[in-house]
Amino acid sequence: MARIRTTVDGLVYEDDVEPRMLLVQYLRERLGKTGTVIGCDTSNCGACTVHLDGMSVKSCSVLAVQANGAEVLTVEGLERDGQLHPVQQAFHDNHALQCGYCTPGMIMQSIDLLGDNPDPSEQEVREGIEGNLCRCTGYQNIVRAVQDAASKMKPGAAAPTQPAGQPVAGGGA
Amino acid sequence: MTTTENTPTQEIGRDRRRKEDRRLITGRTRWTDNQALTGLLHISIVRSPFAHADIKGIDTSAAKQVPGVVAVYSAADLGADQVQLPCAWPITKDMKAPQRPALAGSRVNFAGEGVAVVVARSAAIAKDAAELVEVDYSELEPVLDMEEALKDGATLVHPEIGTNANAQWVFDSGEAGSGGSVAEALKKAESDDDQIIVRRRFRQQRLVPVFMEPRSTVVDPNAEQLTMWSSTQVPHILKTMLALTLGLPEHKIRVIAPDVGGGFGGKIAVAPEEVVTLLVAQKTGKPVKWTETRSESLLTAHHGRDQVQELAMSVTKDGRITGLDVRLIADMGAYLGLVGPGVPILGAFMFNAIYKIPAYRFDCTNVFTTKTLTDAYRGAGRPEATFGIERLMDEAALELGMEPLEFREKNWIKHEEFPFTTVSTLTYDTGNYEAATAQAKQMFDYDGLRREQQERRRRGDVKQLGIGISTFTEMCGLAPSRVLGSLDYGAGGWETASIRMQPTGKAEVVVGVSPHGQGHETAFSQIVADQLGVPFEDVEILHGDTQSSYKGLDTYGSRSLAVGGIAVVKAAEKVVEKAKPIAAHMLEASEGDLEFSGGKFTVKGTDKGVGIQDIALAVFAAHDYPEGIEPDIDAHATFDPENFSFPHGTHLCAVEVDTETGFVEMYKYVCVDDVGNVINPLIVEGQVHGGLAQGIAQALYEEAAYDDQGTLLSGTLVDYTLPSAADLISFDTANTTTASTTNPLGVKGVGEAGTIASTPAVVNSVLDAIRHLGVKDIDMPTTPYRVWTAIQNASGHAGRADEANVASPGAGLGSTARDMPEGGNL
Repeated sequence: MARIRTTVDGLVYEDDVEPRMLLVQYLRERLGKTGTVIGCDTSNCGACTVHLDGMSVKSCSVLAVQANGAEVLTVEGLERDGQLHPVQQAFHDNHALQCGYCTPGMIMQSIDLLGDNPDPSEQEVREGIEGNLCRCTGYQNIVRAVQDAASKMKPGAAAPTQPAGQPVAGGGA
Repeated sequence: MTTTENTPTQEIGRDRRRKEDRRLITGRTRWTDNQALTGLLHISIVRSPFAHADIKGIDTSAAKQVPGVVAVYSAADLGADQVQLPCAWPITKDMKAPQRPALAGSRVNFAGEGVAVVVARSAAIAKDAAELVEVDYSELEPVLDMEEALKDGATLVHPEIGTNANAQWVFDSGEAGSGGSVAEALKKAESDDDQIIVRRRFRQQRLVPVFMEPRSTVVDPNAEQLTMWSSTQVPHILKTMLALTLGLPEHKIRVIAPDVGGGFGGKIAVAPEEVVTLLVAQKTGKPVKWTETRSESLLTAHHGRDQVQELAMSVTKDGRITGLDVRLIADMGAYLGLVGPGVPILGAFMFNAIYKIPAYRFDCTNVFTTKTLTDAYRGAGRPEATFGIERLMDEAALELGMEPLEFREKNWIKHEEFPFTTVSTLTYDTGNYEAATAQAKQMFDYDGLRREQQERRRRGDVKQLGIGISTFTEMCGLAPSRVLGSLDYGAGGWETASIRMQPTGKAEVVVGVSPHGQGHETAFSQIVADQLGVPFEDVEILHGDTQSSYKGLDTYGSRSLAVGGIAVVKAAEKVVEKAKPIAAHMLEASEGDLEFSGGKFTVKGTDKGVGIQDIALAVFAAHDYPEGIEPDIDAHATFDPENFSFPHGTHLCAVEVDTETGFVEMYKYVCVDDVGNVINPLIVEGQVHGGLAQGIAQALYEEAAYDDQGTLLSGTLVDYTLPSAADLISFDTANTTTASTTNPLGVKGVGEAGTIASTPAVVNSVLDAIRHLGVKDIDMPTTPYRVWTAIQNASGHAGRADEANVASPGAGLGSTARDMPEGGNL
């Protein structure tokens, strides 16, 4: 067992974990953070995507011990004072989800993408989320949502959960 | 205000954002695997690595020593080898149905079949210990090729049934009286100089549905009722089938389908793992969870498609179809799934598609192999049929030297001919193929793209352009119960809904259909809001729990709106009917003087009125209501459709094929679908997008491939290649509308349309791009390697590509555009 201290969605946790435990297992099984889901066992689907110190990672490909001392942000930590993150709101507004299983990972990856590229073209969005698989939407409305969120998150645009001009990537709580 | 004027529709047709979204975008979704019950045990299933083998012995001793392991059970320990998992569709009286156990006892019949189960404190311990279970197998010959399997002397998957053939199912329009004899039609064509016969063999590869949420089941045996949470499309069917299969009293079973992460037919099942989880829960007296890995899912959850199609069409030289002969072999895999044998049979009604075909025969033989079983996958039988006919229409046009759209139009049912009874005995209520095609051509710039194609050909571009067409229809809204009865299906096709009016005027609507991403909560709320005249926000849709939704037939076959939605309408009508005498009493008027509109009963010619939400409160208080009636306006309705619904559409696809690498790139995709009246255009568009992606994926990317030992090669998402966002393009979608006349909302199904239509459009476009190079056909998926190989093989004996006589019949579909007027219409 290894002892880890991790901040997840703004709360500090200390736990003893098996060295082989994956971050996604830690989130789901130990912290009850079931908003992050598992869709495959080969890191292809991206359903488990979270932010680790502000960078998107597939949490099935990170050991829990690697998150020691780090800040983890999951889809459960995006709302601020009951206000959806602009990317969450855009997914809703653009019907970018159907069954919703890929959605937590897709949202986390999209936020990361917009942190790197605040005004992506359609092709840049498609390439930016190609590590996240969706079986319901054909991706079209996801692409729309990401571009819609980008336009709302531009400096000067009203973005309720981000101070204007700040980078948009998650980056912990 | 006159009495005939209706309140304008408020909700139906609005692009309401979905009620379901909030929990899904915030991570508060209730997936089955999220269930955490006190004392929960986890199981891992030991699976056969061999496709076909006798089980000589199982040694569980090492696994039992692992700390945290509670038990290890063989099939016999649980009685799982004696279970007969149900097949609800015996398509013929003499259909061969081998026993399908929950765990294999003495013989495994596909790689991945379960043979034992480990029960442990955690999923990780169970998985570790499962590796320690020693199974002694004696390998048998695998049975992999459908056609070989049907030959005399073939190795038998199930020797006890004496054959690898499950059943043969035949429809002959000559015998049915719905058309002529195909045998005669083909014979006549053979000796008729004015006719040709086009024969083709197509392969429908095996696919995997790949719902994003892996299957999961939790069973709590200690509740008042045995409670099963399961990631299923069919909680009601599952409940009844568990009772019938295991001999459990049905009223002691509660099945809950919580949030379900996609299904696409793949979760229409009574899965062996569901039964095993239940048996282990009963045996241990503890709540038990099973959650599959993705590899387990690809290996063992049922697959779809997998047919060999031998087609023959006779057609006059001026382009009139005179006969269609369809011979199929369909791979059932190792066992029969819940509706598996019936899946290819649904195609019997769809091969004739939108065309007037005077003589038609459909002959399908289902065959067992030592592969994962096949069952419903989005479209189920109809994509296979649509692919066959739409590919064949292109091939026939090619041989005739006709423009492929023109050839289709010559044979399709004209809009003024509806209702039209087809050669396969269905009556299409409405449709307008001309309108959908005209709009699609305009959006696609069909003639412009044909010209661009010609220019690229002339220049000898490395990237050639191909244009593919699919003018499809489908039968959905499963299904009229008496039709299902005539097909020997084991259940009806009705659906139910109940409306419970709360004292505060809110409406709880309980539906029997069971969503897994479709947006029922939103669309049904819109329907109820209009029917009862209550706010959209005041409606709550309850589903998926057999304790609240006690009766239903669940979600598949694009039935939720066209059948379930109509049950909602009927229930709402009953609520209004029950409220009427109470309203009359409250208004001191006679019922005959009342009218109901916009949620309010009013006395004609006055401004006196009372709202239905106020009536709900009045019957709750029940202080003052008419004698002789119950103080209640709740209602339940069951709707059995009189007919299927027949959405249709014209799909046009353009691809670029790199002739040096074989790489196919989507260039443009336009579809104009007629799905009848639309409740929520946003949801409809989303369904079309997702359907297209899956149909395109069949054409270009996906295949469940086995090696010569019967091992699944595409057992992870590394090898089973779902398209990503970067593989697809934005689709241009639109609707034309002819309202269905067989239901009061005028709706048709939409869930499967995109998948059914798109596959042949894409393959037709790939071939259209390179046919001038001598390529005649490419099996799906048309991967770069296959396309490149086809080009290489063709160029070996096709002469110089740039010399292909592009204007003569047989030289390429696109070539015929040369004869078309510039920018004109057909």
